[in-house]
Amino acid sequence: MKNRSQRIINVARLRAHYLLMHRIRALEEVAARAFEDKLVHGFLYPSIGQEALTVGVIAHLTKRDLVLSTHRGHGQALAKGASSTAMFHELLGREGGICGGKGGPPHIADFGVGLLGSNGVISANIVIGAGAAHAVKLKKEDRIVVCYFGDGATNRGPFLEGLNWAAVFKLPLLFVCEDNGYAATTKTRTMTAGPGFLDRASALGVPAVEVDGNDVVAVEATAAELIRKVRAGEGPLFLHAKTFRVTGHTSSDPGAYRPKGEVEAAKAHDPIARLRELLIGAGVAVDVLDADKASAYAEMDAAYRSAREAAFPAARMAFVDVQDVGSPLVEAF
Amino acid sequence: MSQMTYLEAGRIALEEEMRHDAMVWAVGQDLGRGGAFGQYRGLVEVFGSDRICDAPISEAAILGGSVGAAMMGTRPIADMRMSDFVLCAMDELVNQAAKARFKSGGQARVPLVVRAPIGIHWSSAAQHSQSLEAWYAHVPGLVVVCPAIPADNKGLLKSAIRCDDPVVFMEHKALLCSEGEVPDDVDYTVPLGQASKVCEGKDLTIVSWSNQVHLATKAAQMLAEEGVSVDLIDLRTLWPWDKTMVFESVERTKRLIVAHEAVAVGGFGGEIVATVAEKFGGAIAVRRLGAPRAPVGYAPPIEDAVRVTEEAIAAAVREMVVCKSGGAPRGA
Repeated sequence: MKNRSQRIINVARLRAHYLLMHRIRALEEVAARAFEDKLVHGFLYPSIGQEALTVGVIAHLTKRDLVLSTHRGHGQALAKGASSTAMFHELLGREGGICGGKGGPPHIADFGVGLLGSNGVISANIVIGAGAAHAVKLKKEDRIVVCYFGDGATNRGPFLEGLNWAAVFKLPLLFVCEDNGYAATTKTRTMTAGPGFLDRASALGVPAVEVDGNDVVAVEATAAELIRKVRAGEGPLFLHAKTFRVTGHTSSDPGAYRPKGEVEAAKAHDPIARLRELLIGAGVAVDVLDADKASAYAEMDAAYRSAREAAFPAARMAFVDVQDVGSPLVEAF
Repeated sequence: MSQMTYLEAGRIALEEEMRHDAMVWAVGQDLGRGGAFGQYRGLVEVFGSDRICDAPISEAAILGGSVGAAMMGTRPIADMRMSDFVLCAMDELVNQAAKARFKSGGQARVPLVVRAPIGIHWSSAAQHSQSLEAWYAHVPGLVVVCPAIPADNKGLLKSAIRCDDPVVFMEHKALLCSEGEVPDDVDYTVPLGQASKVCEGKDLTIVSWSNQVHLATKAAQMLAEEGVSVDLIDLRTLWPWDKTMVFESVERTKRLIVAHEAVAVGGFGGEIVATVAEKFGGAIAVRRLGAPRAPVGYAPPIEDAVRVTEEAIAAAVREMVVCKSGGAPRGA
């Protein structure tokens, strides 16, 4: 930790990261409570422990830049600017949900803040993200695309197709591999041949860099350089970050398959605790940090309360936004 | 009007729409060299390689990338070379293109044309001959189009490109060189969801689409000489399908045959027959004609064994009109 505290840091900026990381964690924890309260209808895919990689990258994006995330994508949604209230309404399947209650936990999207959405299919967003970046290039727009995916996604075909595509067409795209070590409930490395993710990306023509995904300062510094290059037309690039998923795969998965002590060991590298220690070392008062944390939980408690009080969407909404031609609102079947 | 091939009509439709809207572009393998069948011939010289975009053999990226590009406001034509290869991008079509708008609560729009030639053609064998249009008609969110003649290939492709929904556009490979009159008007379109009447008749209704329409037409001509008059409908769009025209016809003829090249089991003929049966009860005699549930083979006799021929259609009509009505057809 000594080395880290010696780095030049921008305390105000890091405090903003601290607050956002707590907001993400609070959202996940309050959502878990909602799940226990039996008010979440499907499954949650908590991102607790992975906050630094989200915050450190998205800090460099403008509202016009685009983010595609994974089923475990609540953090990216919040970081990109999605409303926690609209997200809680979605998790509870209520009116005012960010997707009208049609998407639920793994489908959060908010086009208004450049969040093209999370996805229920592993690696699907890699090719969709490449296509979004392709459109940005065709339209000569001044913005970039950041596409998150997990370590498990690197064993699906769209990983190969999407990275190769992005490299062939030199797209303004940053791939971020959120490596939490698990593909659902299986250790990814036990099912992954070859020398690793960096080599896979490089072999597909996408230069790759590695960073400690639980160190928000390091993530921010590394992402700054990668995103600068992508904006300068040197994309696509690939950021691989080791992190850890503190919970099971879903809200109903206790993670009993994990080796004894693994979670406890990982918690020693908790990204929020590390940032807190750094900020205290830089002279920020504990009270101030505690107030940030408290405000994050207050926000999510209020969002949860708002969602609980909201009505369910009308059943007829099941037939809205399916398609214009041949819509179920018109066709008998 | 100009005389031209089905293939040329599609090429002109795309060229006109690309001139009409700078957001229209096509992506697929070998497009810069005209595409697998020449449907894109000459277009790269006009529009450049950004808009007539060559792609690697990466179906998931061609289709999935087109979904992302469509969500960003462009209007891609994802050329899948043949419909059999769409199967390599089934997630991208069924889970992504068809669901993006719905699952985002209407935020995403996917104005995408998936161009996927179908059908038995030139001994192309089991993996290059399929007609899987019923699969796509089954998926909420998709529009499914199967043109049979050059004019419709032009008019429907233009409508598909202008449509804000993902459209699976299935040309038939055996029709690419077929000729017909095609309107020259750049504003000529054929509305999605409207069938066309190939010939009027009163004894029996045949509903068909794609190449099978031409075999049904031959059957109708044979039957006309025998005094049986067939009301032949080219459905053109499978979803949404033109129930109005089909219902009007079967109410008059009281007999319906749906004939398609695809395998009969689980085919779209079953859907049409069931819909008619539910609406009219036992008042309409129904039958579907499709391929046996076997892959398409290479050797000509094996390939031919699964075709629904004009003779088979005519025989089914005779059986329904002559035998089932207990005598000679009216007017005979």
